[in-house]
Amino acid sequence: MNRETLLKQGGIWAFIVVELIFFSVAGEYLSVSDKAFMDFDNMLLLLKQSAPIGIIALGMTIIMINGNIDLSVGATFALAAIVLLDSMTWPFMAAMGDWAIPLAWVFALLTGVILGAINGLIVWKTGVDAFIVTLGSMLGYRGLVFMYNGEQPTSHLNWTLVDFAEAQFLGLHTATWFLLGTAVILWLLMTKTVHGRNAYAIGNNREAAVNAGIRVGPHFLINFMIIGFLAALSAVVFYSESGSVNPNDGMLYELWAITAVVLGGTKLTGGYGSIVSTLGGVIAIQLLRKGLGHIGADTETVNLVIGLILIAVLFLDRQLNRKGKEELKI
Amino acid sequence: MTDQTPALRLEGIVKTFPGVRALDGVSFTVMPGEVHALMGENGAGKSTLMKVLGGIYDPDEGQIFIEEQPTVMTSPMQAKAKGVVFIHQELSLADELSVAENIFLGELPLKSLGRVDWAKLYSQTDAILKTLNVGFNAKTRVGDLSIANQQMVEIARALTVDPRAVIFDEPTASLTDAEKVVLFDVIADLQAKGVGIIYISHRMEEIFKITDRISVLRDGQYRGTLNTSETNEDEVTQLMIGRSLDLSRNASHHELGDIALEVRGLSCGDLFRDVNFNVRRGEVLGFYGLVGAGRTEIAETIFGLRDPSAGQILLNGQEVRISSPIDAISHGISLVPEDRKGQGLVLGMNCRDNMTLPQVDDLTAGPFVSDGAEIAIFDQYRDKLDIRTPGWRQTVGNLSGGNQQKIVIGKWLSMRPEVLIVDEPTRGIDVGSKSEIHNLIRDLAAQGYAVIVISSEMPEVLHVSDRIVAMFSGRVMREFTSEEVTEDSLIQAISGITGDKVA
Repeated sequence: MNRETLLKQGGIWAFIVVELIFFSVAGEYLSVSDKAFMDFDNMLLLLKQSAPIGIIALGMTIIMINGNIDLSVGATFALAAIVLLDSMTWPFMAAMGDWAIPLAWVFALLTGVILGAINGLIVWKTGVDAFIVTLGSMLGYRGLVFMYNGEQPTSHLNWTLVDFAEAQFLGLHTATWFLLGTAVILWLLMTKTVHGRNAYAIGNNREAAVNAGIRVGPHFLINFMIIGFLAALSAVVFYSESGSVNPNDGMLYELWAITAVVLGGTKLTGGYGSIVSTLGGVIAIQLLRKGLGHIGADTETVNLVIGLILIAVLFLDRQLNRKGKEELKI
Repeated sequence: MTDQTPALRLEGIVKTFPGVRALDGVSFTVMPGEVHALMGENGAGKSTLMKVLGGIYDPDEGQIFIEEQPTVMTSPMQAKAKGVVFIHQELSLADELSVAENIFLGELPLKSLGRVDWAKLYSQTDAILKTLNVGFNAKTRVGDLSIANQQMVEIARALTVDPRAVIFDEPTASLTDAEKVVLFDVIADLQAKGVGIIYISHRMEEIFKITDRISVLRDGQYRGTLNTSETNEDEVTQLMIGRSLDLSRNASHHELGDIALEVRGLSCGDLFRDVNFNVRRGEVLGFYGLVGAGRTEIAETIFGLRDPSAGQILLNGQEVRISSPIDAISHGISLVPEDRKGQGLVLGMNCRDNMTLPQVDDLTAGPFVSDGAEIAIFDQYRDKLDIRTPGWRQTVGNLSGGNQQKIVIGKWLSMRPEVLIVDEPTRGIDVGSKSEIHNLIRDLAAQGYAVIVISSEMPEVLHVSDRIVAMFSGRVMREFTSEEVTEDSLIQAISGITGDKVA
């Protein structure tokens, strides 16, 4: 890694270190509890809690590198969760005992892949901007969620599933393993494979990619299927434990995911970005939430502060970048 | 001229960036009513100097004088208020607004309560447009105008103040010959009014046609000022690059091979009609014509970016069907496009990844791309084409134009193409690298590649081609061999004057 990329991608980790120091020191004076902020269990919990949005944000990173965006992930998340929980109550599934669990997962993940494929196919075949397409599908998929069970929550608690979700392996929770595993696989995909290379090229300069003989559409489709899968995976991880889904669950997840991705330095215009930095962005946001809570701030304040910090960080990034500075002066 | 007050004078301007002395004591003077060319290779410091003049950069040392009054520039708006106006190569107009609104953007005449005084706006605009002799009016939507007319709007914008000095930065880059004539008339008018003009261009013909004096920058240093009437292209080039540029005719001395590509009766709507030509292995076929003559469109059709409405494309004597770049590439046809940054390169990617982009599919080991295979290809073509870069990790956007072009050429050569089409091979490339690209094209032909070169620069076409196809308005007017071609006959052919047409 050369110095330039180190500077660009190191920023988010430096920010995380600043947060840790700040909250540890501030926590000494302001904390509502006696526990230290940088408590080991606290940090493990933080990783677990960042998994649901984190897994989606990792998927959002590859979509944005490719030059697209997906606003429908929150609704996909909710719909996959309903399929997961409801399918286990179907008579033939109930008859299978615990063997219904892997099958329910497959149904849920398949739901995500199909919803993602619908987005991808529309973007590919119509050429309509992904923002518009997924804005539509965000509303549409959410409509499906409500059609399923009206305003009622869908619930099914399976204790084997809960045990699995709450298990810890080598100290890390199941959800954390899924988050890290997703990060490793997507990192390999984006940095080592032909698909990743072409996705960067398409996002950076679509015309040059076409002129180099790259088929743009299939890459779009694959990436939308991946993020659909990941939104469903996120639901699988989260609802295995909670066992109950409200029709409004997952709302604004798309925006939290985009926030984490952008905080990690990925550009909205495509062609730039890194999975590892997004992981940093996810952790930074979760640290902020937990840290602010630790020093006694309420949820409303937390959102306000995160919003301000997002803008401040991106402004700083722009100031550090010479070109941006010149443009500002004109 | 000596007893006049200079319109604009720069004295000892120094500007350093971390690690680079971009301007090193540059001084020069523009007299009222003078057209003063500013020349230099890319990176010589022209744009930095203009940014200092426009107040975008503060100079570290030196002084700017307007009519001998020392002046500190703080922004382009303030420079304009002081009578120094820029006409940029890249137009900055709002397409959806009218001509009048664009011209007075930011300074619209107002009535009470902040309402726009439309009557005054349109009458003021029409008064300015009248002096420019243009064929559109104040209410025309700018997006509906041609590039040349949009440039006139930019010039009109400059005339809302009483300018002392106007700076034209590569104004003819996207103009046709006829449009250039109109532009030069406007410049002559400004000149007659006693405005000092700085004219930045790479094009020697224009420089010698319209300027009075030529100042040259090299590596941030002022290299001297020449009177245009007392110098020649050689002297200016030497001053710019420290040696002269070889543009002699250059027909192949090696044996030509079989016909690699043949085109029969190719048409594409109104863009071009009934085009026939062939190119042999070992041969450079030049395409010359005005902008809009259909040259680029032919290349794009052969490369599968456009669908032909009629005609055949034959490769090694076999008819092929090409409906996408993927087809073209699989048949061994490569295109180095006109717009290198927009169509040829993924600017944010590194050198190696750009070079292997079309064939990365074939460079895998298991599920992953093989680093070693890629680096081997990059190293091979970096050495072969003499690409100067610190290493393959370098982002392509940071390379000079000449090295970027070599990356694009290397990208296609590494695919071992049958036919290489190069559209405007040296556009935006500085003089020094130009001859390197020219030599490269000649070398490729000598190695047995069939090469098609499309160019708007006559010296370039004459220099690299074995045969030249002259086009006018979507038709092939005439085909010349390099022995028979003369500049006059070429100009006649591309202007639609058929003369002794040879079928």
